[in-house]
Amino acid sequence: MRVKAKPIPEVIPGARHPMEKYLRTDRIPHIWCSGCGLGTVLGNFLYALDELRWEPDEVAVVSGIGCTGRIAGYLKLDTYHTTHGRAIPFSTGLKLADPKLHVAVISGDGDLFAIGGNHFIHAARRNLDLTVVCVNNFNYGMTGGQVGPTTPLESRTTTTPFGNFEHPFNLVHLAASAGASYVARWTTLDGRRLQKGLVEAMAHKGFTFVEVISPCPTNYGRRNRLGEGLDELRYYADHAVIRHGADPKEAEIVLGKPFLVGKFVELDKPTYREMYAAKVAEMGGKK
Amino acid sequence: MPTKATLSGVHFMNGDEAIAEGAIAAGCRFFAAYPITPQSEMAERLSWRLPRVGGTFIQMEDEIAAMAAVVGAAWGGAKAMTATSGPGFSLMMENLGLAVMTETPCVVVDVQRGAPSTGLPTAVGQGDMMQARWGSHGHYEIIALVPASPQEAFDLTVRAFALSERFRVPVLVLTDEVVGHMYERVKIPDEVPIAPRRRPAVPPAEFVPFKPDPDLVPPMACAGEGYRVHVTGLTHDERGYPDMSDGAHDRLVRRLAEKVLRYREEYTSYEEVGLDDAEIAVVSYGISARAAHGAIARAREAGIRVGMLRLITAWPFPDERVRALADQVKGIVVVELNLGQMSREVERAIRGRVPLVGVFHAGGRIHTPEEVLAGIEEVARCE
Repeated sequence: MRVKAKPIPEVIPGARHPMEKYLRTDRIPHIWCSGCGLGTVLGNFLYALDELRWEPDEVAVVSGIGCTGRIAGYLKLDTYHTTHGRAIPFSTGLKLADPKLHVAVISGDGDLFAIGGNHFIHAARRNLDLTVVCVNNFNYGMTGGQVGPTTPLESRTTTTPFGNFEHPFNLVHLAASAGASYVARWTTLDGRRLQKGLVEAMAHKGFTFVEVISPCPTNYGRRNRLGEGLDELRYYADHAVIRHGADPKEAEIVLGKPFLVGKFVELDKPTYREMYAAKVAEMGGKK
Repeated sequence: MPTKATLSGVHFMNGDEAIAEGAIAAGCRFFAAYPITPQSEMAERLSWRLPRVGGTFIQMEDEIAAMAAVVGAAWGGAKAMTATSGPGFSLMMENLGLAVMTETPCVVVDVQRGAPSTGLPTAVGQGDMMQARWGSHGHYEIIALVPASPQEAFDLTVRAFALSERFRVPVLVLTDEVVGHMYERVKIPDEVPIAPRRRPAVPPAEFVPFKPDPDLVPPMACAGEGYRVHVTGLTHDERGYPDMSDGAHDRLVRRLAEKVLRYREEYTSYEEVGLDDAEIAVVSYGISARAAHGAIARAREAGIRVGMLRLITAWPFPDERVRALADQVKGIVVVELNLGQMSREVERAIRGRVPLVGVFHAGGRIHTPEEVLAGIEEVARCE
């Protein structure tokens, strides 16, 4: 079924966001383009927080740099907008210094997997008690649409004018192989499923990872003739295949072909801090 | 195996170990680092000591991560430190800038070795003095302390934590391979004061996170304290919100610099040796100053009236004191293990009023007294 989007005004007088309690309303309107998926991710994150019933004073959100990096700044929580690629090591310090905090990293594909790739695999390996949400829009949106580590083969970007010829990462497979305790992938079309995935990831102990496939009509979509934001969502509707428990190796994304979404990994293993505490207890020290 | 935080008493330890103990005594409970020579003894000692005093030691995947983790830990409420040598110091520069911009108290130790690049991993150098000052991008002021002995390494590490809390600025301890590996007597006092973090005096609803107190330093609300602060490396206003205007940028960068410089006279320190009647002054720091001691004694025996100004605070540079030297002496000798870094600061301060001779060596060994003596004699011949 094809739904025609109704034009809506940019500002609706008197309208309030149902999750306003978690937002820095004095920072709205946000900087994102129309059709961008980041508003959906932010909204879903807020609903997930609400569902978790966590004390908001004990939730910290850390971002790197880029369009997704701006999510932290709109949240009325302890929020940290760090350096490019370094949200995960920053969070490592934050979480270990104050273990009662729930720490979520929300950042983009370039931030987390190009410049920050090394930190991702090591935090996953250590099973640090962090939730990492990667908003994957297949390019560097903030800087004008350059090729990134997840850009599918043959995609046009501002730095692959003849089509991308670098093999992209399959983030689901990468996270699973590096040792993540929970791995899921959804698209911004999967509102409720995404919210559930975020709740599960944040409630699950250890290093948990949610990839969110998200439209970037201004840069990625336009150059690859994917149409507007809504058309990209239609692309997800036509191509995303839900298969829980699928082999992460099969989750690669090829332009024009079906791709897998769902929950790929959910396992219980001791976190970094539990291992550390056990060792300290063994030595008879305090912690 | 000790579970006490402050190991009061007299010890025989090297500079790396003394820094580790200084940090623990000063209240440091988070240390993140990546292995590098000649810092290893410090990290190894902290991996052994911190878990027993309720702290966290974590070996990160690289120095970029170590510095980022330290900034994060400070916002989690901990007193935090990292330590490295030249190559790792280079990797820390971006997040050192994040600490400056977000006004994060923390301590960074650089055990300097022969450089550039991989250089001389196991041998001494003092080539990172200017990197310490200007290594991160943008204009900023920073505090750097230079110990010349394991005892001073302990004392200055304690002081580094106090200064970092007072000014909400990263403080550098710039030591070197020889001080790091040299074993000497280190006396740890019975009690080491722990510098308090400057906390908000008002409830969350009234708190403006980056609004400075009259001394230009804002109180700090850490994560989980209910203040819900947004912290960004972007130029920001007093609320902590990004502000991309040139006015906000100029205001912020000036305040960050001014808060460090305004009280410099209170905390910049140096040691004066035989300067009262001196006609020639040696200016040096760290291990090079110790090498210069022998040369000064010999010059005195030969009838040359020479003294020494040993820098303890490299940054901010003690401009006034060095300028005053030029009123007193007829020449200055700068001794350092690089090809002229702090000598540029000395030249800037004395403005060409007296001759300056640099006794430089690129590193790999400390100076011999003969080399320093030759420099003193050269200045003595200047008219």
